[in-house]
Amino acid sequence: MRTILLIIQKELLQVFRNKAMLPLLTVIPVVQLILLSFAASNEVKDIALSVVDHDHSSYSRLLLQKMTASGYFKLQQYADHHDQAERSLQTDEVDMVLEIPNGFERDLLRQKTADLQLLVNAINGSKGGLAGAYAAQVIQNFNQEIIADVVPMIGTLPATPRLDIQYSNWYNPTLDYKTFMVPGILGTLVTIIVMILTAMNIVREKEIGTIEQLNVTPIKKYQFILGKLLPFLFIGLFDLAIGLVAGKLIFDIPMVGSLGLVFAFCVVNLIVVLGIGLLISTMADTQQQAMFVAWFFMMIFILMSGLFTPIESMPKWAQYFTYPNPIAHFVEVMRRVLLKGSTFADIQWQFAVMTVLAITFSSLAMLTYRKTT
Amino acid sequence: MQTLITTHNLTKRFGDFTAVDAISFEVGKGEIFGFLGANGAGKTTAMRMLTGLSHPTSGEASVAGFDVYRQPEMIKRHIGYMSQKFSLYEDLTILENLRFFGGVYGLSRRQIKEKSAALVEQLGLEEVAKKLTGSLPLGWKQKLAFSLALFHDPQIVFLDEPTGGVDPITRRQFWEMIYAAADRGVTVFVTTHYMDEAEYCDRISIMVDGKIAALDSPAGIKTKLGVQSMNDAFYQLARGAQRSE
Amino acid sequence: MKPFLAFVKKEIYHILRDRRTLLILFGMPIIQVLIFGYAVTNEFRGASIAVLDQAQDELSTDLQRHLVASGHFAIIEQVDNVSDIESAFQKGKIKMAVVIPPDFSQDFYHRKKAVVQVLSDGSDPNTASTLLNYVTNMVNQFQVRKSQAPPLPLQINIESRLVYNPELKSVYMFVPGVTALILMLVSAMMTALTLAKEKELGTMELLLVSPLHPFLIIVGKVTPYVFLALINAIFILALGVFVFGVPIKGSLLLLLGLCLLFILTALALGILISTKTDTQQAAMLTSLMMLMMPTMLLSGFIFPVESMPRLLQWISTIIPAKYFIILLKDVMLKGSGIELILWEVMVLGIMTLFFLVVSLKNFKIRLA
Repeated sequence: MRTILLIIQKELLQVFRNKAMLPLLTVIPVVQLILLSFAASNEVKDIALSVVDHDHSSYSRLLLQKMTASGYFKLQQYADHHDQAERSLQTDEVDMVLEIPNGFERDLLRQKTADLQLLVNAINGSKGGLAGAYAAQVIQNFNQEIIADVVPMIGTLPATPRLDIQYSNWYNPTLDYKTFMVPGILGTLVTIIVMILTAMNIVREKEIGTIEQLNVTPIKKYQFILGKLLPFLFIGLFDLAIGLVAGKLIFDIPMVGSLGLVFAFCVVNLIVVLGIGLLISTMADTQQQAMFVAWFFMMIFILMSGLFTPIESMPKWAQYFTYPNPIAHFVEVMRRVLLKGSTFADIQWQFAVMTVLAITFSSLAMLTYRKTT
Repeated sequence: MQTLITTHNLTKRFGDFTAVDAISFEVGKGEIFGFLGANGAGKTTAMRMLTGLSHPTSGEASVAGFDVYRQPEMIKRHIGYMSQKFSLYEDLTILENLRFFGGVYGLSRRQIKEKSAALVEQLGLEEVAKKLTGSLPLGWKQKLAFSLALFHDPQIVFLDEPTGGVDPITRRQFWEMIYAAADRGVTVFVTTHYMDEAEYCDRISIMVDGKIAALDSPAGIKTKLGVQSMNDAFYQLARGAQRSE
Repeated sequence: MKPFLAFVKKEIYHILRDRRTLLILFGMPIIQVLIFGYAVTNEFRGASIAVLDQAQDELSTDLQRHLVASGHFAIIEQVDNVSDIESAFQKGKIKMAVVIPPDFSQDFYHRKKAVVQVLSDGSDPNTASTLLNYVTNMVNQFQVRKSQAPPLPLQINIESRLVYNPELKSVYMFVPGVTALILMLVSAMMTALTLAKEKELGTMELLLVSPLHPFLIIVGKVTPYVFLALINAIFILALGVFVFGVPIKGSLLLLLGLCLLFILTALALGILISTKTDTQQAAMLTSLMMLMMPTMLLSGFIFPVESMPRLLQWISTIIPAKYFIILLKDVMLKGSGIELILWEVMVLGIMTLFFLVVSLKNFKIRLA
């Protein structure tokens, strides 16, 4: 026990004495959390709209007004003809073209139906899809209003049954995208920092030669591994704590569930990450190598974590690859517990998977670290 | 005399390459045993096997009464080691290094405190005891590393080229420290490239291509080979080496 | 010229001999493209929903069948009360719940008005919006079918066309982004690292005392990376085209020309970084922080720049990758010709010159 404490003390001394390291562990995570949360937005708003209004009627003007009033669109351009609008679409000046044909109002009133043309730049598939959907929604509302206005004037219709939808968004009524992103980003940041720190740790002792001096001492393997794990576990938990405070103060993230549960899960998550980091560190010969390998894994972990794109959208086989991915589970748990108030019973499965991973990776790290070669 | 290190046909192979080829020798208590050889002759590999850092391929060896195969961790309790490369933590202070390594060897807090104070005084490090180890000049670092290897009163201390790159005065002081330790009954196992240092040893072995080419007191070796100095002795033996750099 | 060529040759040996780095250089892009192409996608697949059917009549069963038939939803659970819905949300089992009121058909056929309640998991805003949109469409269709009334007059038909990417494939977005990221990695980061390595090992001094002009030495060092990067770019584009069916509508020659331009920009940046750093570690960290992160986050690679706060949008204007990604999208997906993209080409060209001039200046200062 005393030996473990000695190693922990030594590691912490070394971390805090390193002038470059300290900000990396304290200020930078918070800055990154803020920056990333603002940058990593898939929120679709301010869709630049070009309008080709061939009709110039009161209806067409009313429709445009509805579009801009919805808050999703900003009117970027009044195009004189279709080609001009399409060119603007091509040069990225606008995201969407709404073409109102000549006789739109007249057709509506006389022939009872009218056509509208919508061109959406869909290179960014999700953005294009949402933009189209928003436009359809606005136009439909506009349509309802006209019907309500006009129908009484042309005589009553036989009453047809109507089916209305009443909706509410739980947990995030205003659908604020940051509410969704901050918990996930925080989880990812904590994981990355700890992974890099540990991956570089033992290999650094190898490079500067101090590992030899340790290996000729009677330190036991488990003491060594635990002594190396625990300081970084503390650092990870500390980063989680300051991240949560920043999330609350700056983004007003709801914290519905138990914070104790979040921290408990973080401990298990970090043990997995520490195991992976130490494994990389014991296998690598140079810090450069360790860095490359760590970076490579982190990239895959992050991209396939469900942080930016939903895991459910992945093909089945790819979804299986998320099982051993600590970031995927941590992001999921952070979101569920903080935003929805999930309890231990709701995230048992994640706990179980992570516990298995934690045991696997720390035993692997323990096995690959050899005092005698 | 009590025997502390025994090896019999101790061998280490890396694939096809035999780094250490069936070496056998004994080292007694309080002896200063010099381990010489050209670069790549296998000195460090042999030493790493004796300190429990490396598993032998075949042969037998025991250190401080413990078997190198079965009880490497027991060996580690009873030996001190100073590697070629300065390997104390440069970003810890002298006292912090002493506290850490002392604690790892199981010394009590009080022992560490008393011994640290004595050591700092003996080496004249009072001024810098709380400074980072990395800021010390090389000579001091080496003396500190040696003292640290002896800090937990081991029976044997292994020194791997302890005086590489230090000035003659410091080397002299360093050997005085080695003698003092040997007088207290500590067995000293030392590798070196300096032939004048070889003369200071009780017995030396000269390794060539993984084998022990000569093993005797310095005077004995010189007589046997019919040469005047250790330099000539070394040159004569190492000349035929296949794999010197 | 001859010493210069000898120099380039030496660099090529270095690169080819370092197998591990080569593996990373060529393996990484392939794996990235495959991951992005197959796994990282916003494309919407069937979402799991729950139904709380308080009516249990023919009409409500019909509505459920109608929702499932759309392919957008999979009803995975019939729940009995609202608290079950809550718990299913918390377990992460469902994304949305549809509540059908008691007396559903009564309301619909006799009172002529029924209300379906839709509860969505707002913690994931985009999924919530998309699902709501789908469910609205489905319910409207259902209403029209069931009411058996003649279609309402005054209908506005929307003829909507998703241009450039009609199937809303994510890979259309990611191929240009990954290309930019990899070219940045190969050209800028590797250049900065090799130059830093020579400095660290002290071999730079050796080169500087040679009769070649110092700047020519740098150029010689980075020349092999131009080819390496270009091969990489062709690799990624080929994967995109042949594996994922991303079109190249514009001129292939123009596309390769643009890749070359961006490679030069990235190399210039790499050289600039190396004039400012002395160790590999520092070069690595600087590249990661100053190149990779902004390239991933602020270039429009993953997140649309338009959705970001003003400040970040301003910062994004100095990110070279942003322009390159726009260029790639324009030429590949929209088939734009050179006349439409002159502005971006110019920006990249000016950036390249700027980086080169600054590094030349730094270099002179160092020598002096």
